[in-house]
Amino acid sequence: MKSLLCISRHSPYGTAIAREALEAVLAAAAFEQNIALLLMDDGVWQLKDQQQPIAGIQKSLARNLNALEMFGVDTVYAHQPSAQKRGLNTAELCIESIEWLDDDQVRQLISNHDHLLSF
Amino acid sequence: MKFTLVILGAPYSDSASQSALAFAQAALDDGHSIHRLFFYANGVYNASRLAAPPQDEHDLPASWTQLIKQHQLDAVVCIAAALRRGVIDATEAKRYQKDSNNIAEGFELSGLGQLIEASAASDRLLTFGP
Repeated sequence: MKSLLCISRHSPYGTAIAREALEAVLAAAAFEQNIALLLMDDGVWQLKDQQQPIAGIQKSLARNLNALEMFGVDTVYAHQPSAQKRGLNTAELCIESIEWLDDDQVRQLISNHDHLLSF
Repeated sequence: MKFTLVILGAPYSDSASQSALAFAQAALDDGHSIHRLFFYANGVYNASRLAAPPQDEHDLPASWTQLIKQHQLDAVVCIAAALRRGVIDATEAKRYQKDSNNIAEGFELSGLGQLIEASAASDRLLTFGP
């Protein structure tokens, strides 16, 4: 089986792209594919806790992130320098199992996967 | 080499669609094959046959339709992404009681499973996004 890495680089609610990236990850997991998710650049904002989208207009993205584990995506990778640059408080996040990576580790993660899906 | 292209950008909004089209043409000209074109997120707008760009601009949706027809490419539009954006075929228009449909010839509405299948079957997966 080929391994897939989805890289999500956009903030959760400004556009639909973060949601659609997560939907693709969930679909791959539902088809029992080997898929991992890496959040970097503005994508690390998806990890923020206390997300309060407008009821009836936007759906919570944190809920989709939390569903990943149930679909067999155990670890979410996140780019530590992206979080640091944005002052994201990594003590208060919406999911628990996050593996923080530096630049070299991201490079390695990418080369360890057969395909990239880049959002 | 066998490619699958994922197109995330709407025509004229950013360069994703134009770049993907140029890549597809170059790859085919070079003797490579394209397993599937997968239109997702705002990329689904490339499948509307109702786009009417000014005459002095490149008609991007028409170029996609032509390329798909000429090379008999498998062009899948994500059904969930398309329906919420109003890109719809005759079957779905009937199901949702809409008065019309707009999907261009050669494109097919289907699920994300088609993207997953394509990634497994291709040597390279290329994403063209905003």
